[in-house]
Amino acid sequence: MLGLSVHQWLFGILSFLAILFSLMVVFSRSPVNSVLYLIMSFFSISGIYLLLDAQFLAVVNIVVYAGAIMVLFLFVIMLMNLNQDTEPQRTLLTKIIAGVIGGMLLLTFTGALKGAETLDKKFYGVSETGLVQNLGKVLFTDFLFPFEIVSVLLLAAMVGAIMMGKKKIQ
Amino acid sequence: MINGIAIDYFILLSAVLFTIGAIGVMARRNSIIIFMCIELMLNAVNILLVAFSALHQNTHGQVFVFFVMTVAAAEVAVGLAILTMIYRNIKSIDTNLLSNLKD
Repeated sequence: MLGLSVHQWLFGILSFLAILFSLMVVFSRSPVNSVLYLIMSFFSISGIYLLLDAQFLAVVNIVVYAGAIMVLFLFVIMLMNLNQDTEPQRTLLTKIIAGVIGGMLLLTFTGALKGAETLDKKFYGVSETGLVQNLGKVLFTDFLFPFEIVSVLLLAAMVGAIMMGKKKIQ
Repeated sequence: MINGIAIDYFILLSAVLFTIGAIGVMARRNSIIIFMCIELMLNAVNILLVAFSALHQNTHGQVFVFFVMTVAAAEVAVGLAILTMIYRNIKSIDTNLLSNLKD
């Protein structure tokens, strides 16, 4: 179709969806709708990971981001009873300035990164780098020390969140 | 080229998503939306790491994405705890009201 392969079609559709849902996150009024759009955006990004042969990361992205983190967001929004349309808005001038700054940022990014990868590498076929077997091998040999440190970080975050959430510390 | 898609398109997609996140941080006043936009920016960077990892057929980029996700989870847990504490004290999470450090 139109001289494009299946991979190219899928990439186009998934990236269109990811950008569309990300825009909806920023522009929707209700915070609950924002969270739901962000979940849809994460699903599209998981599809892009699958296109890149990163199967393990695609699953982890859905489980950790769409499953755990977004549910945490939803809980906090429900807890604060924020689902009202009378939420504070910035002035139009601030929004326009934010848009202009964002456009300049995008221009800088594309200008700086265009042709950053000059290697003429081509990869076709089935890649095995994203399978859990190969990732696990690297994670438990080359990255064993960072892996252990991350567990300490998670413990610290857990303790910190509990201490912060308590009403009074005895 | 990865499966017939040039790496430039992945760079462009990542830049657009990052910019949308940055605009969201600047243009919104609700702290929770700002947090979500930060998540969006982290995901944009993750796409780039995975794309280059696939291009070079090297696993290290994907392992790094794994660590980024862990740090994001820790950040969200602590950040939302701080937000609930702020909400308990001033009954709002409007960033314009959080100016105690300024004066």
